[in-house]
Amino acid sequence: MAEYILETRGITKHFPGVLANDNVEIKIRQGEIHSIIGENGAGKTTLMNIIYGLIRPDRGEIFYRGKKVEISSPSIAIRLGIGMVHQHFMLVPPFTAWENIILGKEVIKNGVLDKDSVCSELKRLMDSYGLSVPLEERVEDLSVGIRQKVELIKLLYRGAELLILDEPTALLVPQEIEELFEILDNLKKQGKTVIFISHKLKEVLRISDRITVMRRGKVVGELEREEANEETLARLMIGKTLESPQLEVYERGEEVLRLEGISLPPKLRNINLSLYKGEILGLAGIEGNGQKELLEIITGLLRPEKGRIFYKNREVQHLDPKSLRELGIGFIPEDRQTTGLILDFTVAENIILGRHDKEPYSIRGKLNLPTIKKTAVDIVKDYDIRASSVDKHVRFLSGGNQQKVILGREFYFEPEVLIASQPTRGLDIGATEMIHNLLLSARRRGMAILLYSSDLDEIMTLSDRVAVIYNGEIVGILSPREIDEATLGLYMTGVRKD
Amino acid sequence: MIRRILISILAPLLAVLLAFSVGAIVMYILGENPFYVYKILLINSVTNINGWGYVLFNATPLIFSGLAVALAFKGGLFNIGVEGQLYIGAFACAWFGITFNVHPVIGIPIGLLFAMIFGGLWGVIAGYLKARFGAHEVIITIMLNFIAMALTNYLVNNPFKEPGQINPIPQTKELFSGSIIPRVYPLFNKFGVSLSSSVPLNYTFFIAIVFCVIVWYFLERTKWGYEIKAVGLNPKASRYGGINPSHIMILVMFLSGALGGLAGVNDVMGYRYRFLDGFSRGTGFTGIAVALLGKNNPIGIVFASILFGILDRGALAMDVFTNTPRELIRVIQAIIIIFVAIGNEFIFRLLQRLERESE
Amino acid sequence: MIGGILSLELLISALRMSVPLTFASLGGVFSERGGVVNIALEGIMLVGAFGAVVGTYFTNNPWIGLLTAMSFGFLIALIHAVVSISFRINQIISGTALNIMATGLTTFLSRLIFKAAGSSPHIEGMVQWRFPGTNWQISPLIVIMFAVIIISQIVIFKTRYGLRLRACGENPYAADSLGVNVIKMRYSGVLISGVLGGLGGAFLSLEHARVFVEGMTTGRGFIALAGMIFGRWTPLGSFSACFLFGLAEALRMRLEGFGIPTQFIQMIPYIVTMCVLVGVVGRAVAPAYDGIPFEK
Repeated sequence: MAEYILETRGITKHFPGVLANDNVEIKIRQGEIHSIIGENGAGKTTLMNIIYGLIRPDRGEIFYRGKKVEISSPSIAIRLGIGMVHQHFMLVPPFTAWENIILGKEVIKNGVLDKDSVCSELKRLMDSYGLSVPLEERVEDLSVGIRQKVELIKLLYRGAELLILDEPTALLVPQEIEELFEILDNLKKQGKTVIFISHKLKEVLRISDRITVMRRGKVVGELEREEANEETLARLMIGKTLESPQLEVYERGEEVLRLEGISLPPKLRNINLSLYKGEILGLAGIEGNGQKELLEIITGLLRPEKGRIFYKNREVQHLDPKSLRELGIGFIPEDRQTTGLILDFTVAENIILGRHDKEPYSIRGKLNLPTIKKTAVDIVKDYDIRASSVDKHVRFLSGGNQQKVILGREFYFEPEVLIASQPTRGLDIGATEMIHNLLLSARRRGMAILLYSSDLDEIMTLSDRVAVIYNGEIVGILSPREIDEATLGLYMTGVRKD
Repeated sequence: MIRRILISILAPLLAVLLAFSVGAIVMYILGENPFYVYKILLINSVTNINGWGYVLFNATPLIFSGLAVALAFKGGLFNIGVEGQLYIGAFACAWFGITFNVHPVIGIPIGLLFAMIFGGLWGVIAGYLKARFGAHEVIITIMLNFIAMALTNYLVNNPFKEPGQINPIPQTKELFSGSIIPRVYPLFNKFGVSLSSSVPLNYTFFIAIVFCVIVWYFLERTKWGYEIKAVGLNPKASRYGGINPSHIMILVMFLSGALGGLAGVNDVMGYRYRFLDGFSRGTGFTGIAVALLGKNNPIGIVFASILFGILDRGALAMDVFTNTPRELIRVIQAIIIIFVAIGNEFIFRLLQRLERESE
Repeated sequence: MIGGILSLELLISALRMSVPLTFASLGGVFSERGGVVNIALEGIMLVGAFGAVVGTYFTNNPWIGLLTAMSFGFLIALIHAVVSISFRINQIISGTALNIMATGLTTFLSRLIFKAAGSSPHIEGMVQWRFPGTNWQISPLIVIMFAVIIISQIVIFKTRYGLRLRACGENPYAADSLGVNVIKMRYSGVLISGVLGGLGGAFLSLEHARVFVEGMTTGRGFIALAGMIFGRWTPLGSFSACFLFGLAEALRMRLEGFGIPTQFIQMIPYIVTMCVLVGVVGRAVAPAYDGIPFEK
């Protein structure tokens, strides 16, 4: 009887320009919760995709229950008993929960799907693991937490013995995370093995039996839970200890942006908010509670049904993004690749986006290429953007450098207000730190910043005040110095309200 | 850089070669000697100056329709309606030409303007319906093609039919001389190049070249071109950048339609001096092949148009001198589109790899 | 009384006009539910119409003609599948190229086989089926059409195949992660659309015209796609929409001889299609990955 349910030997995978996995060896014991931690880009997800058969490694071997296996596709992984919940859920939104669960392993009666027997089997399954989801509802109508449970049931329905969870807590609030951990403990009791991928030290220490640490595609440590603490893990993960940025004392400046009774039923109800010079106002909320609409209204992409927005006492709710930008409001959109940048434009072309029709960049309709280039070169230098030239398409830049192009573009014109949505999503620790420093130094210069992030750590460390949105309403404006994440979670889930 | 350009040109060249090989196989199966057929095709097009005259004449409307498709492509739209815009533009300039008798200095520009404006308006229908209602521009432009053909068919059969006409295909009466674009053979002969007076090549060809330059400048050097390309590549980011994608869509379809309208000028103002029912026979669709083969680049479009001009000219000879029906050329055209698309995709991936690795 | 008979006649005529559109439209449903936009349907119908005539011409058996039509449609669809699924080429470009190819190919072959470009010789139509005990006759293809509509509706929404096909159109990555072979599913959708589109074309030449005429589909493949959109990518909905288009065409034929210029009457189906496309917007949502190549 093999002690290890899964073992990898010498897994190596190159992507163009990156060595994602370098001779990776991991050993997973039967029946344990094993965490794999590392910062973004450390190669955790690549390794898991290899184990799940989504990616073929260049080299290396996988042993499952002591036997060497070739996992060339997910179906083989599934047959072996390996299941994976991906960071971005692999669900079909317009399908119901039960349809999603049985997809690929359908039960047929008389040539058609046998819904009744499937649903009763699923109910039994859910009962035995203490999980429950509404089977008849469409997945697009379910919350993130429930969708994740659908994903888990999908694996259990396939008889998975080894469950891989890739950053499962990224989109959950603290209460949901606790619920997930209880489910995982329960699974362990029933003999399942869990691989838990994360970069959050607290969670890893809370849930794991053993921990493997990865850095730059390599395994740099394998620890029993008892040997590990936050400091040792952090040092292994990034090679140094991390200091969280310290906010200087915040003195409220004058008000620059004020939202009065903004409503957009059914998404937003009577939102009142003020943003002051020299502060970072954090916006916290679970996805789908109206923050997307709120940010789109502030940036001029959506019109509110009721309510007014004042920018330095001037009404601006009717203006489009261009006019707002001209007044001095800058935006960092949530998704840099789809809304922030035009990937097949060059760095220079992206840098003038939004000001391309203004002097000095265009004069009577003609683009002023030398000036455009000069601005771009300045920004590339000031923000240390790694690009061989400003004529390079931004598609070929790394995520961090892409984000710096956006920040450089917005900061170059020194806006008085900056609306930043998820500015560090998907970036590695180094790039994140740099973006944080840029935001903090802008704050120091007196910029008023509205920061939305799904990363509560980020909200808590950077914000002077935190506004919590729940179900389209601002349910509280809190000081991060006075509350902990669990309290914030209570607001975010609508349990508490001021 | 040079390597990149070479690689980029390689794909279309290979595609054309492959397509011809497929054509050759078909001919071989039919019991013909492919080398003989291709020789006939070339002898009648590119081995003598008159042949070249015909080739460039054929290429002229293709340059316009290729530009029309390319401009729309850049703005993220598929204009499959060039054929319809061409008919509308052609009829508009014909109407001007048969109605007003003015000096050529005014007549020619206004004739061109008529073709552009009416072709543009016909294109804008699809642009507006897409921007306002999100209606699929591909299906809409196709429907508009059929409507345009029926409409011009009605006009040329009824109110504008030439009185006492003998030609079995309905046509309008002849344009006044003020809207006629002259042929080029007198100029060539003056410089000692003997071009037969029967060669229909006319100054529309040079107008087409000028439009290549205009379109290039417009796309690469003006803020409107910048906005069109931005919306074509990423409408969402463009909105954030303060560009209104709906406006751009309408603008693009107007300009694309205007170029499509100009594709009708060569035949009406430069060749027949009247509107002949159903004269185009697919020029608008060939524009798609031209744009693709020319990689939406004006210089590329000129070369692609010339290639298709050679094929058109050669197809005629093929019909006369061989047993291979000329429609094989259409099939070859379609194969070229497919191979070029595959080649471009392949090259795109290759270049992306090279870029990533060099970063 | 007379009005009643007239309107019954009109409905029957509408039904007949809707048959080619419905077949192609159902084909579109299979292709696009799997995530592949198939504007090559126009060309597929054309080769289908041609194939039906060729098959019948050589065997004097319209059923062989039908088989030929389906296999011709299948072949064009196969090219579309290879180009747009395996090579991941833009599906509109591939479809457009195939439409051009279909016009060239049918005329080319028509000249080789029939020694005439414009149209083929006339052929035997299908023997109509008679309702037992009456004088009522119906085209076997109409019977087949109704069978295909019902089967498609069940297959797409009630079977394993349908579930997997729809998953490939809505989120191929999810399907892939569960071991569904996305490439295979998408191929199957496109190939089915080729067979059905070929049948639609066959009805045009075997039942309507009894002859093949160059370019005889005149945009019906695109109208069928509009019908599919109007019918929200469901077989029953597509049939309803195509019946509406059939009605427009039947009315069109009635209007002839009322002094309205024929050209304007000819425009009616195209204008109706445009109106439908404009009116339907916002209510019809395409499969999320419709038209997007799948790449691991």
